[in-house]
Amino acid sequence: MANATQGYRGSDDYIASKPLMEIVNVSVALGKPLVVKGEPGTGKTLLAHSISRALNKKLLIWNIKSTTKAKDGLYVYDTVQRLNDARFKDKDISDIRQYIKLGRLGQSFKSEEQLVLLIDEIDKADIEFPNDLLNELDEMSFHIHELDEEVVARHRPIVIITSNSEKELPDAFLRRCLFYYIEFPDDEMMERIVKVHYPDIENKLVKEALKKFYWIREMDGLRKKPSTSELLDWIKALSLGGIHLEKIGSEIPFLGTLLKNEQDTDRFIKLSNAQGGFGFKRRF
Amino acid sequence: MFIDFFYTLRKKGVPVSITEWMSFMEALYNGYFQSSLNHLYYLGRAFLVKSEAYYDAFDLAFQEYFGGIKTENLELDKVMEWLENPLHRLPKLSPEEMAELQRQIQEFRNTHDMDELMRQFRERLKEQKERHDGGGKWIGTGGTSPFGAYGFHPGGIRVGGESGMQSAAKVASERRFRNYRNDIILDVRQTKMALKKLRELKREGLEEELDIDETIDKTAKEGGEIELVFNRSRENSVRLILLMDTGGSMLPYTELCERLFSAASQMEHFKEFRYYFFHNTIYQDIYEDIQNYKKVPTEKLFSNFHKGYKVVIVGDASMAYSELFDINGCIDYFYTNDKPSLEWLLRIKEHFPHSVWLNPTHMNFWGHYTVDTIGKIFPMYELTIDGLKDAVKTLSSRTKSIRQLSAMSA
Repeated sequence: MANATQGYRGSDDYIASKPLMEIVNVSVALGKPLVVKGEPGTGKTLLAHSISRALNKKLLIWNIKSTTKAKDGLYVYDTVQRLNDARFKDKDISDIRQYIKLGRLGQSFKSEEQLVLLIDEIDKADIEFPNDLLNELDEMSFHIHELDEEVVARHRPIVIITSNSEKELPDAFLRRCLFYYIEFPDDEMMERIVKVHYPDIENKLVKEALKKFYWIREMDGLRKKPSTSELLDWIKALSLGGIHLEKIGSEIPFLGTLLKNEQDTDRFIKLSNAQGGFGFKRRF
Repeated sequence: MFIDFFYTLRKKGVPVSITEWMSFMEALYNGYFQSSLNHLYYLGRAFLVKSEAYYDAFDLAFQEYFGGIKTENLELDKVMEWLENPLHRLPKLSPEEMAELQRQIQEFRNTHDMDELMRQFRERLKEQKERHDGGGKWIGTGGTSPFGAYGFHPGGIRVGGESGMQSAAKVASERRFRNYRNDIILDVRQTKMALKKLRELKREGLEEELDIDETIDKTAKEGGEIELVFNRSRENSVRLILLMDTGGSMLPYTELCERLFSAASQMEHFKEFRYYFFHNTIYQDIYEDIQNYKKVPTEKLFSNFHKGYKVVIVGDASMAYSELFDINGCIDYFYTNDKPSLEWLLRIKEHFPHSVWLNPTHMNFWGHYTVDTIGKIFPMYELTIDGLKDAVKTLSSRTKSIRQLSAMSA
């Protein structure tokens, strides 16, 4: 309880919604991994960074790729190195321990202090991948066969898992986790986010830019909707470029920062012409 | 405690397991919810719902259980009617009044629990005979009673509508996650995800994976001289043929089919991907283009592609009786067919044992005679995420027997 009340409150460069903060706190208190899903650019990965900063704990990142195996996160037995060493006989190879290299998960278990472990984009790996980690995340321990040794977590790490829903995660895995879906921020929230990144920026500019941004996002048939990071880039470009406010009203400068492919740009031009000039879609 | 909520969730189709429920209970007893409905909503969701696809179902269940919508045989319609058209001016409260209200709410929270609140809600519903706006006791709008809509009582029960104050019941009744439901039509990315499951891994292509066992064997044989052995990496060997209906009755589903098509063609996931079009149903010719200009004899399907290809046919399967069963039944005036379409469909099924039919129309409309007949030839699924998943399952389920077949013939 103590943890849950004083724990994570967002950090000064990351705005978390209240429910998300509370869920982070409960997950910390219960020692359950938290699975975070959401559109690209909703700050899934940054959440772990923010937790690590806010709670003043070290962050370990395990980036998952399509070739990542669950065992890589626990430990790797470097057989090739050992074989190589055996060849030249200049090293003592009888101690297997020196060829056992702990993976990210293993490191977070062994650590002296509690860590934040980010398992990033878990859905990039094979469909079976999460299932191979079930027991390890549940018990927070694993077995090194080569040494016949048990690695038990001294402090249960705070585990944050992000997923882009490229593949669905297995039920058995999800049952052991907490789950949170980060919605795309609404304009109010987005204004706060922009403010956090560019505290000195002109209020009117942000308002105007946001209006355009959500207008573009609502267009049908875009292949890739612009997300938070594109918006931030765009606003930065706008303020650096010294664009006049009226100009944003009548055209979209630096469109390239928002829309990243040709079809979308074409579609945008077509739609915005069809709607009779810029920004006159009925949003409210 | 709340055990009915568990069953409400399951009834609404949220796949809650005992494990999840128990850890939810654990958190509940440890006081993480701080006795607030808001906390219960967000944390409960994190514990019990593991996919945004079920957020909407959770909202519905939450609304049913906590929202006070499901009450006894009260004149609910009438209540809803009172609440539907509130006074839009909220009473202006001074800061002092607001503070007093907050204090009262706090007091109320300390002294009342949820069950008590529900009980009172029902009682008051029984007592109350008319519409009520403003005020502090009755169920109505704009007031400070714990029951009703548009009011200032965050701990209270709301009955639909919008709220001035943020409350869990509000979020639940908003159903913001409706779009994430599983049974809605699919977008390209989701389609890709579903299609990704369609795979058979075989070792093909370049030798680039280090084969440890072989390497050790070889090295031992060479007397310690390291000899690295590489293996071919595994690759998907699925070959897919997509046949799509371009008939007039498919017009409403054009976009849906386009998405399926672009997902399948963008994927670079299959060993081979072919597509053809047809109009309403398949006769002796299929087409390479949507406009049906470039003819290809259907016969070619059988001669060019072996049994191992998987066939997905997309169409609404509803047409005139004659189009499917009669010689020269084709809807196209200038087209003659000497074999009824049914025969061609049967031949396709015979030649390609794993073939499925995806129907973009809702299952409720499958009563049509031709749909029924085609459904007997091909396993038919709805063109939704769930349907597509089932179709993929069917397509891959028989891979074994086919592999055996090809092994036997080889």
